[in-house]
Amino acid sequence: MEHIELFFKSIFIDNLIFATFLGMCSYLAVSKKVTTAIGLGSAVIFVLAVTVPLNWLLDQYILQEGALAWLGPEFAEYDLSFLSFILFIATIATMVQLVEIVVEKFSPALYNSLGIFLPLIAVNCAILGGSLFMQSREIETLGLAFNYGVSSGIGWFLAILAIAAIREKIKYSNVPPALRGLGITFIITGLMAIGFMSFGGMLTGGDDEAKEVKTIANESSPSENEIKMTKQDEETKSIADNNIKVIK
Amino acid sequence: MGLLSKKDARLILDPLADNNPITIQVLGICSALAITAELEASIVMSISVLFVLGVGNVIISLMRNIIPSKIRIIVQLIVVATLVIIVDLVLKAYAYELSKTLSVFVGLIITNCIIMGRFEAFALGNKPWPSFLDGIGNALGYAVILVIIGFFRELLGSGTLLGFKVLGDPIEKTGVYALGYENNGFMLLSPMALIVVGIIIWIQRSRNKDLLEDELVGHCDI
Repeated sequence: MEHIELFFKSIFIDNLIFATFLGMCSYLAVSKKVTTAIGLGSAVIFVLAVTVPLNWLLDQYILQEGALAWLGPEFAEYDLSFLSFILFIATIATMVQLVEIVVEKFSPALYNSLGIFLPLIAVNCAILGGSLFMQSREIETLGLAFNYGVSSGIGWFLAILAIAAIREKIKYSNVPPALRGLGITFIITGLMAIGFMSFGGMLTGGDDEAKEVKTIANESSPSENEIKMTKQDEETKSIADNNIKVIK
Repeated sequence: MGLLSKKDARLILDPLADNNPITIQVLGICSALAITAELEASIVMSISVLFVLGVGNVIISLMRNIIPSKIRIIVQLIVVATLVIIVDLVLKAYAYELSKTLSVFVGLIITNCIIMGRFEAFALGNKPWPSFLDGIGNALGYAVILVIIGFFRELLGSGTLLGFKVLGDPIEKTGVYALGYENNGFMLLSPMALIVVGIIIWIQRSRNKDLLEDELVGHCDI
């Protein structure tokens, strides 16, 4: 249950692009064609799936306060979390390099479709952002960290695929000259982000409290039912507000 | 002779408008949008980027002859990461509340494409002084856009500027609120940042026709 909730939450509600704007640079630069967008999108899923669990291990066993306790009791007092930026980015850069070498050796076909994007990914905010959010949201187990990496990658993939498809079509539309290209892409992304905000209500489905409200509401009379419904709406709203705070 | 020669001045002034890193080069958008709901956060973010880009450009430029080109990305990342850690620790020490608001976005300065882009395109091939000016110029170009977005989002979204209630008190109905004005809470939500940037680009390109994009060719810079 926990896994499913995290999975859908990171794809739709905390979507890397629409909720936190991570990886916008390559999102805007590589979304001119659907095929290249698919290539970059799958590379992002792949790299996130590798680096987030790896950085989770680093965070858990080296960086956190007291994480070095496994070395011995005298190490338990160290808090190395100020080193996390440099360690995370070093892990990402080396992993990307490593993945590039391995893919080139074992699957030239995959390398041809994915390889050119890999160097670009080392400096993609989405990858580092995935690790930093993993750290700040205190994801508990290695499995969940892997899940988080894969699902936020899928969210990113979905976003770039959608915008690439729209941009291919919008070439045939009569956009005001000054807005053509970049400007209209920004505005469309903004509208898509507004659309994705409506997924915020999905969270209440997995929330135990909200479920209780629902079952009580079913038993009670229609007028009460309405009150319960508005209450639920308020809850959804408060969760959405929380999301906004997180984004801030 | 002035403080800066003509060529040096162009290094600073060009990125402010006609070669703006955000609206023209499309770099560094990631962090530009997420933290601009308040003007204060935008200003602090701009100062952080100014520091990192200015100092980083000088460091890279000083080392440009000894960095092997194969591992230059990693060297650049380490330089930026070190500078960003300094910024992060300073913010935590002197502006703790603000560093909570900026949360992971301070860390994301590392992958801000403006910084890597300037290192690659300028600092690796130029002397320290021009590199420094180029870094300052580009960071200022970034700052201008951030401040514009932050200004409008905070003014229209919560009716304040840097926390001061410039439009009156929404609860006691003073100032413009007495006339029936309402805050547009939508401006505080993240999608509006994208739309504001879109509008800035629109205005800029309507004024300067040279910047118009030919959709079929584009200027994809990878």
